[in-house]
Amino acid sequence: MILDGKAPSGPIENTWDKHRFEMKLVNPANKRKYKVLVVGTGLAGGAAAASLAELGYNVEAFCYQDSARRAHSIAAQGGINAAKNYPNDGDSIFRLFYDTVKGGDFRAREADVWRLSQVSNNIIDQCVAQGVPFARDYAGYLDNRSFGGAQVSRTFYARGQTGQQLLLGAYQAYSRQIKAGGIKEYPRTEMLDLVVVDGVAKGITVRDMVTGEIRSHWGDAVILATGGYVNVFYLSTNAMGCSVTAIWRAAKKGAYFANPCYTQIHPTCIPQSGEHQSKLTLMSESLRNDGRCWVPKRKEDVSKPVSQIPEEDRDYYLERKYPSFGNLAPRDIASRAAKEQCDDGRGVGPGARGVYLDFADSINRLGQSTIAERYGNLFQMYEKITAEDAYEVPMRIYPAPHYSMGGLWVDYNLMSNLPGLFVLGEANFSVHGANRLGASALMQGLADGYFVIPYTIADYLARIKPAAVTTEHPEFKKSLEEVGAQGNKYLSIKGKKTVTEFHRELGKIMWENVGMARSEESLKKALKEIPKLREEFWQNLRLPGGASEVNQQLENAGRVADFLEFGELLAKDALERNESCGGHFRVEHQTEDGEATRDDENYTYVAAWEFKGVGKEPELHKEPLKFENVELAVRSYK
Amino acid sequence: MNLTLHVWRQKNREDKGGLEQYEAKDVSPDMSFLEMLDIVNEDLIKQGREPIVFDHDCREGICGTCSQMINGIAHGPDAEITACQLHMRSFKDGDHIYIEPWRARAFPVLKDLMVDRGALERIIQAYGYISPHTGGVPDGNAILVPKPKADKSMDAAACIGCGACIAACPNASAMLFTAAKVSHLGLLPQGEIEAARRVKAMVKAMDAEGFGNCTNHYECEKACPKGIKVTFISRMNRELMKALPQGER
Ligand SMILES: Cc1cc2nc3c(=O)[nH]c(=O)nc-3n(C[C@H](O)[C@H](O)[C@H](O)COP(=O)(O)OP(=O)(O)OC[C@H]3O[C@@H](n4cnc5c(N)ncnc54)[C@H](O)[C@@H]3O)c2cc1C
Ligand code: FES
Repeated sequence: MILDGKAPSGPIENTWDKHRFEMKLVNPANKRKYKVLVVGTGLAGGAAAASLAELGYNVEAFCYQDSARRAHSIAAQGGINAAKNYPNDGDSIFRLFYDTVKGGDFRAREADVWRLSQVSNNIIDQCVAQGVPFARDYAGYLDNRSFGGAQVSRTFYARGQTGQQLLLGAYQAYSRQIKAGGIKEYPRTEMLDLVVVDGVAKGITVRDMVTGEIRSHWGDAVILATGGYVNVFYLSTNAMGCSVTAIWRAAKKGAYFANPCYTQIHPTCIPQSGEHQSKLTLMSESLRNDGRCWVPKRKEDVSKPVSQIPEEDRDYYLERKYPSFGNLAPRDIASRAAKEQCDDGRGVGPGARGVYLDFADSINRLGQSTIAERYGNLFQMYEKITAEDAYEVPMRIYPAPHYSMGGLWVDYNLMSNLPGLFVLGEANFSVHGANRLGASALMQGLADGYFVIPYTIADYLARIKPAAVTTEHPEFKKSLEEVGAQGNKYLSIKGKKTVTEFHRELGKIMWENVGMARSEESLKKALKEIPKLREEFWQNLRLPGGASEVNQQLENAGRVADFLEFGELLAKDALERNESCGGHFRVEHQTEDGEATRDDENYTYVAAWEFKGVGKEPELHKEPLKFENVELAVRSYK
Repeated sequence: MNLTLHVWRQKNREDKGGLEQYEAKDVSPDMSFLEMLDIVNEDLIKQGREPIVFDHDCREGICGTCSQMINGIAHGPDAEITACQLHMRSFKDGDHIYIEPWRARAFPVLKDLMVDRGALERIIQAYGYISPHTGGVPDGNAILVPKPKADKSMDAAACIGCGACIAACPNASAMLFTAAKVSHLGLLPQGEIEAARRVKAMVKAMDAEGFGNCTNHYECEKACPKGIKVTFISRMNRELMKALPQGER
C-alpha cells in the first residue's frame, strides 16, 4: 500500500498556518467531555498533558517512573535548537529547516520539518516564561552555542543540564494541572497493551508496578510519548527502563512501525570498562565545541602516555577529513570516523576502543575556569566514572547507541494509521530522517507537545462522539486477559537464564551485526540468531517472585520479550534498505573514502511495517518522499 | 575484592523488615555500586531467591530515582554524587556495607530499598511553578535576567528531587528541597510575581506531609548530590516572612 502523510500542499512557508486554519476546533465548553490518555511524561508527553489540560480536556497521564519528572528527557545535556538568530550569524527558519532535512540525509517529510523549525522559536519563549534558567550573558540576554551539523550558533542551554531544566518546566506546568484537576496521573504504571475497537484506538491496559494489578483505561484518544528504543542494543545512553514496549504493543495491534533501522550511534560516550557494564554514559556533543578529537598517527604510540606523543604525531582525524565542519561534523559521520580509526588499530584505552577528546588547546586559549563554567558537570561526571581528570589528560570516548529516529508511523497530524492513536517525541518517526542533528530532539519533543498536538488532536476529537466506548466494551476484557496471561507465562517457564542474560545476548547480536556498520551478510546472520534466542527465552527464562507484587524482573521480562521480537524487524528493515543513509550504514554502499552513498532512485521513501504475527513476514508499506524545497544532493561536510 | 553486604529486606509496606547478609564476590573497582548489586541479584536469582528491589533508572546521577543509605550516608561515602554514580573503587576488600532505604515518616517503604516519595510531588503541585499558559508569552529576550541571578537560580534548579536531604536530616525535614524550588523560581523576574503566594502554599504543603522542621544540622547540604546550599533555606525563610501578613509571622 502507498501511504499518504497528508502533508498540506502549497508554498512550504505557509503550510502550517494554512493547515491550522483548516482544522476543526472543539468548542471550549465541550472539551471537558473528552478524555485523552497520555502515556509518557517526558518532554513530549509532559508538554502535551499540560497543554491539553490547560485547554480543558480531561487528561490521564502514565509513566513507569515514580515521578513524571524522572522521564529520560531529564538526561539531555547539551541544549535545544531554535531559529532565533539572536547572534546575528545568518540563521533563519529556512536554514534550520534546511540543516535538518540535509542532516537527516533526505529521509524526512519536508512539511513536518518546516513546522518544527517554525515553532522552534515559540518553544524558547514558552520555556523562558516557565522559569527555565537558560544561560545568559552579562547584559541579561540569552546565550547560544554551536552543535554538530550546523555552522550557526542556535543552541540554547542551561549548563550541562538542559534536558533537566526543560523537563522541569514541563513537569511544573503538568503539576499545576494536577492541582487544578485537569490531569489525573498514574506514576509507576506501565502500559502493556493498546485497546483497539473497530480499528480505532480507544484505550490502554496497564500494570500497576506496586500492586501488580492489571487495569484498563478508556480514552477518546490515546497519545504515546514513550521515548526511544535503542536499549535493543542492551548497552546505550538510555535509562535502564527505556523500552520499545508501548509502541511495539501498539504495532502488534495494527500501528505501522516506520524506519526501525534508523538508529543513532552517538560519537562521544565513555567507553565500556568491562562485562559488568549496565549502561553507557554520554558526554554531551557540546564538548566538541572546545574539544578536539584525535588518535596517534602510528599504531606503536597507542599505549604511550599522551604527554609523550608530540603534536606532529597526532592525527586530528575529523579536522583532517572534514575541514569545514571539523570537530562539529554530524554524529553519524563522527561515529564512523572514530570506528574507522579504531579498526585501523589506532584506538586508545582498554580494548583499544577509544579516541581522545582533548581540551588542552581550549584550556590554553580560554583558561580552565571558562571550560569549567561551560562543562564543569560533564568533567565531574567523567571523573566519577573513570577516575581521570579531563582537565589534565584528554577524555577517552567511543560511540554508543543513543537515539532512535525510527518509530511509529504518523501523518502530518501526528496520528498513526490507527485513528485516535497519536505518537509524539522520540516514539514517532517524523522529522529526523535517517540521522538526527544535536539539540533537535528536545526541540521536537516540545514542539509536538506544546504546539502541534493541541491543534491536531482537536481536528480528530471534533469528529467523534465523546465517551462512546468505555471499559465496558468486550475488547477491554480481552486485553486484560491477554496481558494477565502473558505475565503468568513468563513466571511459569522456570528455566535457567535470567532476563539480563537474554538482554545482553540480544544486545551483542544487534551491536555486532546491526550496529554502526551493517552488511547483507551480518544482517542475515542477525535474522537467524534473533529468532533462535527468542525461542530459547520462552523455554529457558528464569523469573523469581510473583505477579501481584513489586517485581522488577517481571517488568524487565516484558521489555526484553518485546525487544526480541522488535530486533528482528529492525534487522529486516536494515536488510531491505539496500543503501546507506545517515545512521544506517551498509558497508556495500560507500564511496572510496568511506562516505555513505544513498540510492535516491529506489529508496526515497518511508518504510512502514505492518505486523503480521511473531515469526511471520511483516508487510511493507511505503510513503514516497518528495523534496521540493531542499534539493536532493550528496550530503557533504567537507 | 570481596565484600559483605547487610541489606534491608521488607516484603511490602506493612511488613516489619530487617537486615539480611549477602556476600559480593569478585567485585571489580571499575563497577558502579548498582552494577555490584546487579551481580548480587543475578546470583540470588540463580539460587532461586528473591533479588533485592531498588529504585534506579538513568544511572548517571540526573533522574533522582536511586535512593539508598549506604553505611548510614545518603548516596554513600563520596561527596556530591548519587548512589548510581558511586564506584566500587571507594571500597576495599573485606568491607562490610550496610544498605538501607531512605528513612522518613513521609516516605513509606514499598519494598526493600524502594520508598514512596509522593509527598515531594504534592509539594510541587501546591505551587512549585510559574503559571503561564502554553502560547501567548513574550519573546525570550523580552525578559532580561541578570547573569548572577540566572546562575543562582540555576544552582537551585539543579535539584534532582531524590530526597537525600530528607533522608540525611535527623528531623526528616524537606526544607532544602522546598527552598530549592522556591528559590529557583523566585529569583527570576518571571517568577517574582507569584513569589509570595508560592512560598506560602509550598511551605504549608510541606508541613502537611509530616516532614520535620529545620534545626540547622546542615546534614542536607552535605548529602545533596548536586551541592545545593543551605543558604537557600534562609532565603526561603526570608521570603516567607515577607509573604505572611503581620499576624501570622
Ligand atoms: C543522555 C542523553 C542526552 C541527550 N542530549 C540531548 C540534547 O542535548 N539535545 C537534544 O535535543 N536531545 C538530546 N537527547 C535526546 C532527547 O533527550 C530525547 O530524545 C528526548 O528527551 C525524548 O523525549 P520523549 O518525551 O520522547 O521521551 P522520554 O523523555 O524518554 O519519556 C518517555 C516517557 O514514557 C514513559 N514510558 C515509556 N514506556 C512506557 C510504558 N510502557 N508505559 C508507561 N510509560 C512509559 C516513561 O515513563 C517516560 O515518562 C539526549 C538523550 C540522551 C539519552
Ligand atoms: S539512577 Fe538516576 S540518579 Fe541514580
